Amino acid sequence: MASRNGEEKVELGFNDVNETKTKKDWILLSLRVVAFFATAAATFVMALNKQTKSLIVGTIGSTPITATLSAKFNQTPAFVFFVIANGNASLHNLVMIALDILGPQYDYKGLRLALIAILDMLTMALASAGDGAATFMSELGRNGNSHARWNKICDKFESYCNRGGGALIASFIGFILLLIIAVMSIAKLLKPNRINHAPSPSP
Amino acid sequence: MAKTSRICHILLRFLAFSATLSAVIVMVSSHERATFFNVSFEAKYTTSPALKYFVIANSVVTVYGFLVLFLPAESLLWRLVVAMDMVLTMLLISSLSAALAIAQVAKQGNNSAAWLPICGSVPKFCNHITGSLIASFIGVIIYMILLLHSIHSVLDPLLLKKT
Repeated sequence: MASRNGEEKVELGFNDVNETKTKKDWILLSLRVVAFFATAAATFVMALNKQTKSLIVGTIGSTPITATLSAKFNQTPAFVFFVIANGNASLHNLVMIALDILGPQYDYKGLRLALIAILDMLTMALASAGDGAATFMSELGRNGNSHARWNKICDKFESYCNRGGGALIASFIGFILLLIIAVMSIAKLLKPNRINHAPSPSP
Repeated sequence: MAKTSRICHILLRFLAFSATLSAVIVMVSSHERATFFNVSFEAKYTTSPALKYFVIANSVVTVYGFLVLFLPAESLLWRLVVAMDMVLTMLLISSLSAALAIAQVAKQGNNSAAWLPICGSVPKFCNHITGSLIASFIGVIIYMILLLHSIHSVLDPLLLKKT
C-alpha cells in the first residue's frame, strides 16, 4: 500500500513539472506590459506637469502689476495621490512581469497564485482611488464651482490642463487593463493545474 | 462551524449595507443656507459633481448589498457575487476618493488656485459631509474584507477544502 502511494506520487510529480514548463501565459504577460507602460506614462506626465505664466493681477494708476504664477502638480493633494497611486501600480506591474519571466519556481508553499491575485486587486483599488480623485479635481479646475466661488483655472493654464487630461486618459487605460488582469489572475485560481498541489482524489 | 461562518458573513454584509445606506442618507440630507456678504447661497450636495457621484455610487452599492443579503447559501450565483463584489468595491473606493478630494479643497482651500475654503461659512454642511465620508469609509473597509472572504470561500485559493 505504501509503495503504491509512493509510485503514484512520483508519477504525478513528473506530470506537473511537464505541464508547467510548457504553458506560459503570453496574453497576461502582454497585458501587464501594456498596463505598466500606461501607468508609468500617467505617473511621469503628471509629475512633470508644470506651467508658468505671468498674469496681470492689478493696476496701480496706469501701470499693470504682473505676477508670475506657476501651476504644478504638487499644489493639489489629489494629484499628488494620483502620482503616488500610479507609481505604485507601475511598480507592481514591473514586479509581476519580472516574476512571470523568472519562471514558476518562485513559489511560497503554493501561495503564488493567491498572492498574485490579491496583490492585483489591491493595486487595482489604489489605481481606482487615484483616478477618481484626479478626475473630479480636474473637472473642478475646468468648470469651477459657482456656488463656492471657485474660479476655473483651465482657461488660463491651458497646456497644464491638457497634459493633466492626457495623464488621466493613460491612467484610465491602465486601470481597465488592471481590471482585466485581476479577473484573469482570479480565474487562474479556478484551474486545477497548479504546481506543488496534491490533486483532488478521484470520485 | 459552517453555520457560524455563514452568520458572520451575513452580519458583515448587513453592516456594510447599513454603512453605505447611512452614507447616502447623511449626504442627501445635508444642506445649509449661508449669506456671503449680501448674496445668499445654499450649500447642497447637488452643487458638486463629485458629491453627486458619491451619492449615486453609494446608492448602487446599497441596493446591491440589500439584494445579496437574501441569497441562499448554496446557490450558484455566489460566483457572480464575487465578480460584482469586486466591481462595486472599486466603484465605492473611487467615489470615496473623489468626494474626499473635493471635501479637502472645501476645508482647506487651494492657495495657488485662489480657492477659498468654504467650511468656515457652512460648518453644519461640512460636518454632515464628514460624517457621510466616515460611514462610506467603514463600508469600503468591510467590502474589502468581504471581497477577500468571497474569493477564499468560493474559489478556495489555498485548497483548504478537502471534498
